[in-house]
Amino acid sequence: MRQIAIYGKGGIGKSTTTQNTVAAMAEMGKKVMIVGCDPKADSTRLILHSKCQSTVMELARDRGSVEDLVLEDVLLTGYRDIKCAESGGPEPGVGCAGRGVITAINFLEENGAYDTGLDMVFYDVLGDVVCGGFAMPIREGKAQEIYIVTSGEMMAMYAANNIAKGILKYASTGKVRLAGLICNSRQVDKEYELIEALAERLGTQMIHFIPRDNVVQRAELRRQTVIEYSPEVAQAQEYRDLAKKIYENKNFVIPTPLEMEELEDLLVKYGFLSAEEVAETVPEEVAETVA
Amino acid sequence: MLTIEEGKKIIEEVLEAYPEKTKLKREKHLAVHEEACSTCGVKSNVKSAPGVMTARGCAYAGSKGVVWGPIKDVVHISHGPVGCGHYSWSTRRNLADGIVGVNNFVPFHFTSDFQERDIVFGGDKKLEKIIHEINGLFPLNNGLSIQSECPVGLIGDDIEAVAKKTTKDIGKPVVPVRCEGFRGVSQSLGHHIANDAIRDHIIGTKKLDNKTKYDIALIGDYNIGGDAWEAKKLLEEVGLKVRSIWSGDATLEMLQTAPDVKLNVIHCYRSMNYICRHMEETYGIPWVEINLFGPTKVAESLRKLGELFDDHIKANVEKAIEKNMIAMEKTIEKYKPRVGGKKVMLYVGGLRPRHTIGAFEDLGMEVVGTGYEFGHKDDYERTKDYIKDGVIIYDDVTAYEFEEFVKKINPDLVASGIKEKYVFQKMGKPFRQMHSWDYSGPYHGWGGFEIFSRDMDMALNSPTWQLVTPKWRQAGK
Repeated sequence: MRQIAIYGKGGIGKSTTTQNTVAAMAEMGKKVMIVGCDPKADSTRLILHSKCQSTVMELARDRGSVEDLVLEDVLLTGYRDIKCAESGGPEPGVGCAGRGVITAINFLEENGAYDTGLDMVFYDVLGDVVCGGFAMPIREGKAQEIYIVTSGEMMAMYAANNIAKGILKYASTGKVRLAGLICNSRQVDKEYELIEALAERLGTQMIHFIPRDNVVQRAELRRQTVIEYSPEVAQAQEYRDLAKKIYENKNFVIPTPLEMEELEDLLVKYGFLSAEEVAETVPEEVAETVA
Repeated sequence: MLTIEEGKKIIEEVLEAYPEKTKLKREKHLAVHEEACSTCGVKSNVKSAPGVMTARGCAYAGSKGVVWGPIKDVVHISHGPVGCGHYSWSTRRNLADGIVGVNNFVPFHFTSDFQERDIVFGGDKKLEKIIHEINGLFPLNNGLSIQSECPVGLIGDDIEAVAKKTTKDIGKPVVPVRCEGFRGVSQSLGHHIANDAIRDHIIGTKKLDNKTKYDIALIGDYNIGGDAWEAKKLLEEVGLKVRSIWSGDATLEMLQTAPDVKLNVIHCYRSMNYICRHMEETYGIPWVEINLFGPTKVAESLRKLGELFDDHIKANVEKAIEKNMIAMEKTIEKYKPRVGGKKVMLYVGGLRPRHTIGAFEDLGMEVVGTGYEFGHKDDYERTKDYIKDGVIIYDDVTAYEFEEFVKKINPDLVASGIKEKYVFQKMGKPFRQMHSWDYSGPYHGWGGFEIFSRDMDMALNSPTWQLVTPKWRQAGK
């Protein structure tokens, strides 16, 4: 069983990409589980055709504790027998969502969610790895392959680089490796070249470039993946290609994150920023975080 | 008593065992008292060195355990997981009078008993619920305090909002205290935070009835083993009116009305100087430090108080001293031959590392080493008045250092806390617990000195430690 975690800047399309890719995997006959690690619990909506109503933490709250749950309560089955679980968590501004992720994953593990003959497990993790809880999927014994979803937009690239730094930390003590960048196109100029160059600098590959296509949104409105909604369209083939590439991927590396200046140089090189613009465009706090 | 050179050599030898970095850190906390040397003070109130065993507590201990806990008609909720509240339950021996469960909640332990779901979804809803439950079960409580444990700060529980709402709901003060254990370097910050919470929510919210010109507040007496009751007796004997005690055997009203007294008399300076300064600045109430251990210091303190009042009080002070000294002399006559000349090493918190020295000296004993768990610079400044050249000073002493000092200096008695007790007893050293008075007390005031003397005699002259020959000593036979 391979365990895979998908990270990336908030709003970049992690959940959509993950679900479409997993749907394509299922089409290939693979047994897959998605574990949503986000209090919003929207990582399995397209597979289940509705928002997951029974997240681990919400049920635990209603019944008292996770000890009062059984696996069947929270492990749901969706499109093509894909297993779906959501950690769930508090509404914004209260409690500790990170702890919710830790508790939920421990529950799934202790109760045998992983022992059901799965080929792959995908963790779909909330945008920013703000605390230890959201790093849970890449700790020892969990996901060993990380894919970062990004686009050619500057902030998405900063985030990708930051996530690479997080992976580096865990890679040096464990077996977690960066497996590639997935470019979810925003139709930025020279996006393909830019992300390829970023991938190269990080020591990894751009495993796939997903073009922008409104069919994805149309399918989403019907709470479906493109694979299910219009399996014939070109976009569905893109996700099939990605699924295949991930399945066959053997390029796992310890990333080499960029320094702030290198990242800026990259943007300058691909004409995204002029050299004079660098200083004013990059907010100071971002510069600090990245540094 | 050691000479200054001998003392310095001992410190050097003890520091030898440390790695360089720790040695550099720790050597600043150890010193030999030298009156002529103004720069020989120790460093204090900084983070303990990593890897050592320290006896320090945390901010929660300082607030819930020390300052707030003894207020008897207020229910103190340990907000967080069960352990902090449970394992600090009734360990401090702050006694309180009253009907348990009616107007005295000191013997109880209240906690919000956090579970995973409270961490993940926040504990505020549960807190609101238990406040109403507690108020329903114990309707005669006069208020509640919320004592934050670590997770409350980590998850950002809005206890202030809950306190505000429930204050309105139940019509009694509900005070949020942000004393999460990870804040600060020791329990000391917890005292400060607790003082500030009292300042912000309690003080001055009620007027004192039947005011007199002799009204005083006794600040920083926590009634350990009944200390505050002895102190009250002593102060009222000379005509002063103790209207408020902070916070041993205290009621909420005492804290509310404190700004109406004439003088704040402070015993534990470390834990409550903050509120004295506040009352001085805001209400113009002067404050004076006293010492209630041993007849010499008691008499000195009473005279100091007399000077701040009129001839009537001054005359009473002299009368009281004369009267009580008869019993004191008898006590000294009885115990001095048994304990006189014995050497003591102290390591405590708050005020005791200096305040108890006079009582030992009244019995002819000699304090050869002392130190504070969580003292600040001003505590060490004040200590200078109590000690002679050659006394070893150790701030936030590590378990290793203390053990080595005792081996090298070889005192007759070690007077410290529960964490140290068994180590020294196993070394065959007489030991007295100076946090809780070893289940004895009171030690304050005239009456307390008799008990103090008896206890020190018991420890020093008990044959127990000579009767025990541990296995490792038998081996040499």
